[in-house]
Amino acid sequence: MTVMRVKVFTRFERFWHWSQAALIVVLIGSGLGLHGVHRLVRYGDMLTIHVAAALALVLLWLFAVFWHLTTGQWRHYLPTLQGLGPILRFYALGIFRGEPHPFRKTRRRKHNPLQALTYLMLKLVLFPIIWVSGLLLLTYDLWHQKPWSTAGLEAIATLHTAAAFVMIAFLIVHVYVITTGHTVGEQLRTMITGWDDMDLDQAEAEVLKRDGAVG
Amino acid sequence: MTAAIPTRLGPVLISVLTAATLAFSSDHPARAQVPPKGPYVHGQVASKPAGGTADHGKFEVLKQDFKSGPEVTKACLGCHTEAARQVMGTLHWSWDYTNSRTGQRLGKKNVINDFCASVTSNEPRCTSCHAGYGWKDATFDFAKAENVDCLICHDRSATYWKNPTGAGHPPYTPVMQGDRQIGAVPNLSQAARSVGLPGRENCGACHFHGGGGDGVKHGSLDSSLLAPDRELDVHMDAKGPNFACTACHVTQKHVWAGSRYDVHAIDSKGLPRPGQRRDVATCESCHGLRPHKGWNLTDVTLNTHVEKLACQTCHVPAFARGGVPTKMRWDWSTSGRLRDGKPFQIRDEKGRPVYESIKGDYVLAENVTPQYFWFDGEIIYQNAERVFDPARQPVPINPISGTPGDPKSRIWPFKVMTGKQPYDSVQKHFVYLHVFGPTDAAYWRGFNWDKSISAGMAAMGLPWSGKFDFVETVMYWPQTHMVAPSAKAVKCGECHRTDGRLARLAGFYMPGRDSARWVDVLGIGLIGLVAAGVVGHALMRLVYRFRRRETPT
Repeated sequence: MTVMRVKVFTRFERFWHWSQAALIVVLIGSGLGLHGVHRLVRYGDMLTIHVAAALALVLLWLFAVFWHLTTGQWRHYLPTLQGLGPILRFYALGIFRGEPHPFRKTRRRKHNPLQALTYLMLKLVLFPIIWVSGLLLLTYDLWHQKPWSTAGLEAIATLHTAAAFVMIAFLIVHVYVITTGHTVGEQLRTMITGWDDMDLDQAEAEVLKRDGAVG
Repeated sequence: MTAAIPTRLGPVLISVLTAATLAFSSDHPARAQVPPKGPYVHGQVASKPAGGTADHGKFEVLKQDFKSGPEVTKACLGCHTEAARQVMGTLHWSWDYTNSRTGQRLGKKNVINDFCASVTSNEPRCTSCHAGYGWKDATFDFAKAENVDCLICHDRSATYWKNPTGAGHPPYTPVMQGDRQIGAVPNLSQAARSVGLPGRENCGACHFHGGGGDGVKHGSLDSSLLAPDRELDVHMDAKGPNFACTACHVTQKHVWAGSRYDVHAIDSKGLPRPGQRRDVATCESCHGLRPHKGWNLTDVTLNTHVEKLACQTCHVPAFARGGVPTKMRWDWSTSGRLRDGKPFQIRDEKGRPVYESIKGDYVLAENVTPQYFWFDGEIIYQNAERVFDPARQPVPINPISGTPGDPKSRIWPFKVMTGKQPYDSVQKHFVYLHVFGPTDAAYWRGFNWDKSISAGMAAMGLPWSGKFDFVETVMYWPQTHMVAPSAKAVKCGECHRTDGRLARLAGFYMPGRDSARWVDVLGIGLIGLVAAGVVGHALMRLVYRFRRRETPT
């Protein structure tokens, strides 16, 4: 096994990540406004921004889903308990003692087990809740005449809001955890440039070297 | 032939009646009927195109020297054979209406309000706005064709007006207020030859002055709508569409669309196709059910609001916007104070009466933000047959109904008029007041509530206990006129906020105003915990890193 500098995140992945990040920030900001937390933008414009960003995110996700399925990259998010213990111990103890991060990216797993589990929950639970509830709110006109619409509107809006709070909490933790690499800015740089150290077996290293894909 | 009915009431008799009613009118400067101030606005758009094949100026029958209103009507009916019969079938004539859904007897003749309370027993004054001649008391002949007043609706000469105390007749002799003559005595022949489709001036002669003066009653109907600009009303804009009232209140055979007694709180039919209904005054009947035409998100979203909000809720952002104040409160309980045995007035800095001995204290207001309620169009009137609980004040005079989940209900803007007025404190119902008349039984002459109420109730043929008190009342006036330009319509954020226009309207979820409190608390708690955890973790990292440097291993 050798550690080499490799392009971990492809151009599409980085585009997807950063445009998604930007859209989520816009959605949180405008969503807080729609929730009545601030009045930085006129309410009607806030709604337009919120919905436009949401629809853009849905479009982005259609591409992302296609990309995950066609490239097989979805396998990185398969949940596993293997190696989860050391990760938890690292964040609870090891990080303070200056121990190195117990996880090293490989061609099969570029996320540590905790990360993979978190992202999986995000993708399979939180995002769908936000989107489905949001789309229901957006299509209120189609169901407002149902007898349950008055109570339904409140329930759906409440679910949407609750999910948004969890999203904000995730964002805070996420932004913090990327500072826990070898250096504070190392993981951020990786997400921008795509390059990171990776554990490669001999065959992988050969192929990557042949293709000139190592740094 | 209607025109062949002989007149019983000669011009001489009418003059006597007029003189008699005028004699006790001099101390009431606020009049429901005022002489036209200037030429009428021409080119107003009605529900049917103006013009035809006849020039009324050329009719020989109209060139006679008319001595009275009924004489003019007889001449009209000579050609317009069905006109009187048509008018007699309408509210403008009967002032009597039975709500087919509630069975309640309504109409001006029957309802109580928190202005002058009631019509019956105050006829010659109140009926100066009757589309007829001579309704001076209960003996009025509602079947007599020449009693219909054609001119009040069709005069276009700007000379015709009704004597404020003349039971519907125009002045035949000069109307004096003290030494000053008010207006001019109409030239009936000139008025008869000028007739045309009703303009805002015609409808406004009564409807702008309801409640005893300009703008007093409705809130969004006053003399500023005679020649409004676009800011005041986009439809009536005299330099723009220049709509007459009948452009929306479509009239066929003298029956018009739209009435407070039969409100269409929601119109789910929308724009009629050619040949379909024309007899509707709703916004949707012209603007359709998707009135916001853009494909941007705001317009699409606003179109989803149409089911829940009346158009007026956003597009009538305020009422009494034309410079004429409306009465927001009328406290009868303070009336009757006299100075040297004489009634007096107190005026505000703009010279408008805010206290009158004959009426009590008022609150006047301009540019009033409406109050909003769910409304399904149904109004029950708290007339004298209905008992209420005086412990629960204010007593609604016309309780409106409507609920959030109900497909027939929408949020409507209202002028909420409060008052304090007499009621039967034993039998616990409202009373009819006799305020205007030649004897001391009339409150405005005798300032005695016992006599006034006794006379009013007697005129209605209703019993009362003889004991009265004052009760706080509230009355709801749906707003629909003074439609502002779209740029001035109520903005999203004026309602979607906790302290907005709809802050007090409960029973439904509205983004920006409502949230599940426990979710907010949990959510903020979660974010707080996470933030604290992150900060704590980061601080510990810093502390341990510092220590590791201090004690290298």
